[in-house]
Amino acid sequence: MTLSLTYHLQVINLLAALLLLISFAMLSQRRIVGLITLFAWQGAALSASTAIVAWSTGQHHLYYSAALTLVLKVIAMPWFFYRLVKKLDVDRDVEPMINIPTTMLIGIVLVIFAFNLAMPISQMSGTVMRSTLGIAMATVLLAFLMMITRSKAIPQVIGFLAMENGLFFAATSATYGMPLVVEMGVALDVLVGVFVLGIFFFQIRETFDSLDLKHMEKLKEK
Amino acid sequence: MTTGILLQIAQTLAAILLAPLLMGWVNQCRAWLQGRSAPPISQPYRTLRKLFQKDAVIAHNASPLFRFAPYMVFACMALAAGIVPTIANDLPFSPAADAIALVGVFALARVFLALAAMDIGTSFGSLGARREMLVAFLAEPALLMVFFTASLISQSTELPVIVQTLAHKEFVIYPSMAFAAVAFWMISVAENARIPVDNPTTHLELTMIHEAMILEYSARHLALIEWAVALKLFTYSALGIALFLPWGIAPQGDLSALPLAVLVLLLKMLLGGTVLSFMEAISAKVRLFRAPEFLGTAFLLGVLGMLIHFLLEV
Repeated sequence: MTLSLTYHLQVINLLAALLLLISFAMLSQRRIVGLITLFAWQGAALSASTAIVAWSTGQHHLYYSAALTLVLKVIAMPWFFYRLVKKLDVDRDVEPMINIPTTMLIGIVLVIFAFNLAMPISQMSGTVMRSTLGIAMATVLLAFLMMITRSKAIPQVIGFLAMENGLFFAATSATYGMPLVVEMGVALDVLVGVFVLGIFFFQIRETFDSLDLKHMEKLKEK
Repeated sequence: MTTGILLQIAQTLAAILLAPLLMGWVNQCRAWLQGRSAPPISQPYRTLRKLFQKDAVIAHNASPLFRFAPYMVFACMALAAGIVPTIANDLPFSPAADAIALVGVFALARVFLALAAMDIGTSFGSLGARREMLVAFLAEPALLMVFFTASLISQSTELPVIVQTLAHKEFVIYPSMAFAAVAFWMISVAENARIPVDNPTTHLELTMIHEAMILEYSARHLALIEWAVALKLFTYSALGIALFLPWGIAPQGDLSALPLAVLVLLLKMLLGGTVLSFMEAISAKVRLFRAPEFLGTAFLLGVLGMLIHFLLEV
């Protein structure tokens, strides 16, 4: 049983579970604005868990990455997306390609797969929060699933960012995070990527009159 | 043992008597939140008294089952209320029926209500029965998953043992219970015919589920069913409290903790009723065909809770 675990570790476990819960909520969310809000919450859970890891293990560079996550993924990016949605006027119900209950069932299978996959790996790892590695992998796979099942551009980008969240959490749980330089680089890359994609959205809509990426198949050479 | 039996009787009686009060409180809160002038909190008691004084009207082609069903439903709910620990953990009844049997007791009541609804042969009755069964067969496995998660943590399916593990041992955060709590909330909303699955105040044929089943009942039969509905809400609230907020329930053999336990229970029930009516006020009723999706999500959360238990808590 968990009786031997310390309290901050229990809180980390709770936040990890919350991360997974938010991933599922994102999978079932039909509206884009709801998706953005959930993405912000996921970032908040990630930031909080990183900060607690930093506090409980004394790894000071994790404080910086927690702050970076908070600023970028909880404040800057959701704000940017909200503005984008308002400007592009695309906040309507989006029907995903596979219906939502089926997507959720596939999600459960992915979670079981990820948990099984992570169990032998996490036994080799020496960190205090190694058992959350399975959750991190499940988050990555669920975000991947979301990218596959959505046809609109903004949900796909949010899926991509959620995947990055999962990878970040995996890095924290397996090895107490990457070196700070790498993390800064990744954060900058993601930020620039989001802005570039934001410009793309306008271009896509100008060309096809919609953000549905299915139209891009027209570009194929016959 | 004698104190146990006394406590058991007191607790069951308290549940039966307090159930309409909870219903009244929820209705009152809902009226306030919707900007209407609220009925007094004792309104359900007055309705029950009024209904018990009336003469029953029964359809000509009603079989004895139709008369028998309300008593059966009420008895099932009273039994269920007796199994769930509300103020004390020392219940002699509980070895007779664990959490899984509790699901069975709810199912028994539902089967009788559905049969009685179809018995008269009106279209509304069978329509309501079918819809109720659609909701129920999806809600039941989800409820079982929630119980399994709690049982895996405490290594027992008996509710007093679960409460004992969660409340009276060393405090541990169980992430799996967070999932189970969300799932349980969704299940209890569906099972108690509240918004967003069913609207308890509607009589519109397109949307009603529970009300369609009991349209033909009147007087004392209707009173018993209404009382059973209130009792079901009370039992589900008590179940939610026992599983997710069990602190305050008096441990076995500790009589001095009882007055505090009663007070804490009343506070939790008031809070639960407020939250329920608030959630009802901010959400819209979903289409009937979205109900499977709603309950599918609840089932999924229950399964996830179990998986999380195996990953993080073993």
